[in-house]
Amino acid sequence: MAIIIDETKKVIVQGITGREGRARTRLMRAFGTNVVGGCTPGKGGQEVEGVGVHDTVAEVVAKAGGVDVSVVFVPARLVKGATIEAIEAGVKLVMLVPDRVPLWDAMRIAQCAAANDAEFIGPNTLGVISPGRAVIGMIGGRADSAKQWFNEPIPGRTVGVMSRSGGMSSSCGYYLSRAGLGISTICHVGGDPVLGLRFPEVALKFEDDPETDAIVLFGEIGGSMEERLADLCLTGRVTKPVIAYIGGKAAREGTRFSHAGAIIEGDRGTHAGKVKALAAAGATVVDGFGDLPEAACAALGVAVEAS
Amino acid sequence: MARLHEYEGKGMLKAQGVHVPAGRAVATADEAEQVASELGGHVVLKVQAWITGRKDKGGIRFAKTPGEARKCAKDLLGMQFGNFPVEEVLVEQCLEIAHELFVSLTIDDAARTPMLLLDCAGGTGIEERAEEVARLAVSVSGGIDRDDVAAVLSRSDIPQESHPALLDAIDAIVETANVNEARSFEVNPLVVLRNGSVCAADCRVTIDDYAVFRHPELGIEIARELDHPATDLERIAYQLEQDDHRGTFYFAQLPTEGWESSKGLIGFHGAGGGGSMMSMDAVTNEGYTLANFCDTSGNPSAAKVYRAARVILAQQGLTGYFGSGSGVASQEQFHSAYGLAKAFNELGMSLPVVVRLGGNAEDRAVEILEDACEGLPGSVEGYRKDDTPAFCAARFTTLMDGTSGVSSDQLTRNVPQWVGGDAEAFPIEGGHVWIDREHCDAVLTAQMTQWSSGVLKDDGTGLPTIACDEQTAAKSDSEFIACEIECLRAGRPVLFVDLPIAGIDCPQGAN
Repeated sequence: MAIIIDETKKVIVQGITGREGRARTRLMRAFGTNVVGGCTPGKGGQEVEGVGVHDTVAEVVAKAGGVDVSVVFVPARLVKGATIEAIEAGVKLVMLVPDRVPLWDAMRIAQCAAANDAEFIGPNTLGVISPGRAVIGMIGGRADSAKQWFNEPIPGRTVGVMSRSGGMSSSCGYYLSRAGLGISTICHVGGDPVLGLRFPEVALKFEDDPETDAIVLFGEIGGSMEERLADLCLTGRVTKPVIAYIGGKAAREGTRFSHAGAIIEGDRGTHAGKVKALAAAGATVVDGFGDLPEAACAALGVAVEAS
Repeated sequence: MARLHEYEGKGMLKAQGVHVPAGRAVATADEAEQVASELGGHVVLKVQAWITGRKDKGGIRFAKTPGEARKCAKDLLGMQFGNFPVEEVLVEQCLEIAHELFVSLTIDDAARTPMLLLDCAGGTGIEERAEEVARLAVSVSGGIDRDDVAAVLSRSDIPQESHPALLDAIDAIVETANVNEARSFEVNPLVVLRNGSVCAADCRVTIDDYAVFRHPELGIEIARELDHPATDLERIAYQLEQDDHRGTFYFAQLPTEGWESSKGLIGFHGAGGGGSMMSMDAVTNEGYTLANFCDTSGNPSAAKVYRAARVILAQQGLTGYFGSGSGVASQEQFHSAYGLAKAFNELGMSLPVVVRLGGNAEDRAVEILEDACEGLPGSVEGYRKDDTPAFCAARFTTLMDGTSGVSSDQLTRNVPQWVGGDAEAFPIEGGHVWIDREHCDAVLTAQMTQWSSGVLKDDGTGLPTIACDEQTAAKSDSEFIACEIECLRAGRPVLFVDLPIAGIDCPQGAN
């Protein structure tokens, strides 16, 4: 098992004829993702990397007999339209890779997703990868690198990884694999303020995944998702061990302007507040990023196996 | 984030039908006197500055006559808050306030909706009363639920007669935030006057950086939150980013007070937010002062990385260059290596350089960088994903300890002598590609075809020419940079990509 993506899921690429869409289609297929089609308005009938291109998502959905996931590689200003098109065509999971999607667009996407019982990942996500199975987005880059970097699941010593930093998602997966741990799925939730799947939702998926033994997260200052995850641990909704690193401890004060609207969030959003909430909920919070692999092994009760 | 001044926010509110006090912003004491006399003499003057506790810091003054207003304005315009000198003062009529409300629209990350924070006792001491503040979810398409807001008002001691006007004002504030795509919009306070009318007495707005492109009417020059007025280099860097959306490029200069007592001022070049933070910590722990933060990530082109390096090295007084990101980059790192190698070669780099290039194709990236920079006066070293930031920072210290008397002030851009003469040139986006055909031959041309990923080809006589249409060639800056560096590595520097940076190499607006 894995969460979010595996080799059985039917995936399409929106913006498949663009620079990134084209390159990522090739890399996703090379890793094992079942890419069944793509679309770019006005370019229907073309072929990219052996994948048929259609004008609309609805056409691809009809042709493929249903689609599980759409990965969006269109310019940021067009992301809202593309995502809503996919959701209205019946796609239940949309991945928004582009950076700089306007915040109010992201909120309108969230409203549309909620109304249609659909989920989205991102915006500004590097992607999701389930080693040995499939990848969506651009995480891992080349298939051969990704296969070499990330271990497939290993019974009794498999972690699920979630991160707010794209680069650090790969780094977490790589260094955990180096310590001899298996990886069920790595999920970069995205770096923006308004996101689709957040740590709490992803953690619940890991909780339900029989292959995942523990959850490792790379958190950051700001927002509330680490605290909400802590709430789930406290209430027993998440029972698997949680191992966390929170970045931004040394972030300089004063670069962010604080006013009443932010201050009344109390200690939510601060490094100290997040560490305190997670620790109080029974999570292991490490001080140095390099300590994550050892802490994950300790939480699982297994030895570090240097590879 | 793009912050606006109080008077700009009030202009937005007025456009949506919310009452604001009569008055306007001025930049001189003369204008202040003029506005005060128009308003009947009795006015309040407020510095337009991004600070909290403006009143306690002396940024608000009351005047009873135009002459007094002139004097107050003169004082206020001489103030400075942090790195920001006061450039404008808002002169407004004085209000007779009966009730104050705290109204703030923020974005709730958990609910994924706008959230209205409302308190009918005003904003004073709001931090201590956080629990009492009503939090009302707002529909991103439908605005406020008027019944919810009415319920909060009805629990207050504000007279019933004012509630409809308050409801309308709150509705309009939310709509103002919506149409202008604000990340936060605070009216603190919204006031009920003695005559029962409702008015926005203050206003604090931050526009979503990513939506600024849709709002040219706001005149936001640089959509980024800085703790100082944007520097010339930050403006240059911001323009470069707007012109090239292949990957991310972020550049900000950092405060460097007291750097003389550190081990030196250095340029920092990160890749990815999370990894950059850890890398900055690592090199700061070695005792250096960072002159800047810079991030090129998200699969940036070689041209973008080249420009970022040039901007970093345009800073004065740097004695070293440290680059490091997440270390396990999904992007193919040789594009960055080519961009860096070009910048360092063009400048005849004399400062020590350590760059952690871990990630896809890291071996090739490190080889390109080190080989292409071998003949430079400064040591240039590349590292991989198994080299930790701390290790790279320690290595940087070793190189720095072995170097003295170098500074970025001494770096000048060297353009090959044959460029500009009879050499072949053709335009690309942001500049030109020059080829010294006199020194080309069929063997080299075949190699250049490969190095440029097929953008160049043999013209039939053994010399290189463009293999694609002009439009494709114009966008192939990174392929040409790769070719330039490979020619250099082969000891045959016959191709030069001239990408002058407006504001550094040539006047703004020129290319």
